[in-house]
Amino acid sequence: MQNNTNNEFVPNVDITKSQGSQKVIDKSQRLIQVIGVVFTGFISLLCILPFVLIISASFTEERSITLYGFSLIPRSVSLDAYNLILRNPRQVLGSYGVTIGMTLIGTMVGLFIIAMTGYALQRPDFPLRNAISFYIYFTTLFSGGLIPFYMMITQTLKLKDNYLAVLLPLLMSPWLIILMKNFLKSIPHSITESATIDGAGDFYIFLKIIFPTAKPALATVGLFLALTYWNEWYNSMLFLSSKVTYRPLQLFLYNTINEARYIRDSAAAANIPAIDIPMESMKMATAVIATGPIIFAYPFVQKYFIQGITVGAVKG
Amino acid sequence: MKGKIRNIVKKRTLLFMCIPAIVFFFIFSYLPMPGVWLAFVRFNYRDGIFGSPFVGLENFRFLILSRQLWNLTRNTILYNVAFIITGNILQITVAILFNEMAGRRLRIYKKVSQSIMFLPYFISAVVIGVFAYNLLNVQTGFINSILKQAGRSTVNFYSIPGLWPFIIVLAYLWQSTGYGSIVYFAAIMGIDSEMMEASEIDGANAFQRIRYIILPCLKPTFVILLLFALGGIMKGNFGLFYNLTGANNMALFETTDIIETFVFRSLNVNFNFSMGSAVGLYQSLFGFVLVMTVNTIVKKIEPDYSLF
Repeated sequence: MQNNTNNEFVPNVDITKSQGSQKVIDKSQRLIQVIGVVFTGFISLLCILPFVLIISASFTEERSITLYGFSLIPRSVSLDAYNLILRNPRQVLGSYGVTIGMTLIGTMVGLFIIAMTGYALQRPDFPLRNAISFYIYFTTLFSGGLIPFYMMITQTLKLKDNYLAVLLPLLMSPWLIILMKNFLKSIPHSITESATIDGAGDFYIFLKIIFPTAKPALATVGLFLALTYWNEWYNSMLFLSSKVTYRPLQLFLYNTINEARYIRDSAAAANIPAIDIPMESMKMATAVIATGPIIFAYPFVQKYFIQGITVGAVKG
Repeated sequence: MKGKIRNIVKKRTLLFMCIPAIVFFFIFSYLPMPGVWLAFVRFNYRDGIFGSPFVGLENFRFLILSRQLWNLTRNTILYNVAFIITGNILQITVAILFNEMAGRRLRIYKKVSQSIMFLPYFISAVVIGVFAYNLLNVQTGFINSILKQAGRSTVNFYSIPGLWPFIIVLAYLWQSTGYGSIVYFAAIMGIDSEMMEASEIDGANAFQRIRYIILPCLKPTFVILLLFALGGIMKGNFGLFYNLTGANNMALFETTDIIETFVFRSLNVNFNFSMGSAVGLYQSLFGFVLVMTVNTIVKKIEPDYSLF
């Protein structure tokens, strides 16, 4: 895995800028701008539409959904779905707790290991860096497949119905290690060298000098990890059965949509007869609750993801 | 040799720093590899992977004769080809259009529009399944409620296999356009601005600038992304296919069953571990050979573009 630096992008791409001096805007560019606004405007509308639809549906009276179906704007506004969820909040809060806990622990532990590995692998004076890089990269080329992996977790490690089965396999990925390596490469090696001359050990240099100076890199990789944990449902579905009381948020949502058992339980707990259950609006409200935090965090974290994509997307 | 070992010993701290990652990949990636033996046995729980009766290539023979392997391969590859072609065209178009937007008002528009397009990247596969359900379900779905209002008959999307290639490609584009266009946009920002200025002095209009400067400069990025995508052409996005079609929806398998969903079913629904492993091994080997071949060819033609 040699790195051809000529293909590497400059970090900190400002998406509001444009390439070219563009002092004079002629007729041809005006035309393209008009086409551009219409075209990208159309795509943007399509991108936002499903979000509007589920938010609207979660605030719609159930009777109106049954009669007229989902609509862009609620025909009759109702808070029934959220009320019912809040009246029996144990499940939702438990799932929130599990997901927040996993996201925090997984991100912190994973990030530390990724940073440590990335730092060692980008050191030009580390003789094993190519061998270890290949050892990590090879896992993207060949794998045992899902079933041997499943057997390993459940039979060898005995982690069925254990949160660790979800937490551990997501701690790191080859892509994130490569991304971290590329980021840390931009810190001049002379910093490490001069610290070595001053008598500092490699781990000390990493912990006291590199770790604090690499904040943008840590933020980016950490946010990718956090997003993975927040959106995790696959390992949860594979390894956490109904014996687990509090399931991660996305699995909870998956069960709500596909089994609807939780909705009936909530209604029963609130003494609501089965016919009056706001089934559809509750499904949508659960989706809103599971996605809400991401939407709120999005404006603040977006730039770190853009940085990550531009630094790490193309070359390993 | 001796010098090298001495050097490793001297830098042992760096090696220790890599050990958590080495152990991680050993446990979660390398340790399951011998498990591919499952593909060559008729698995039963009592005897375990290595005690179950050896059947040679029997599992593969069954998969080939029943034409399942062919159907899965076709679906997986055709979807990926459709994703690669439509995805890249749309991403490059969007990136170029954004680049032409200058001026204060357009910049604000660009920022908002780009943020909205990037948003779907952050949504979990389960939520995408909810979106699809909201739009498509036959009783209350948004599209069907519009059809009803227009006096048309409703469409039961979840039982018409022929519609799903379009739905799945649209969903893929919905989720990836913002993300992918950022990569191309970054590549455009990396173009030498002197070239742009020179073209302006020479009197090139915006169309000519796009045709003769921007597009050729995007070629390396395009080729590298294409190579990545070709290497992964046997891999499918399980979450997208599984959640969009409504979790193990048999009515749609003809057009929506890919390798990942088949393997998942043999694990979770049919409990046919050996058959699932056989397909998994076939996918891994096929993919591996593909990456190696593509990389070797590229290395001969244009060493700069090769993956490793």
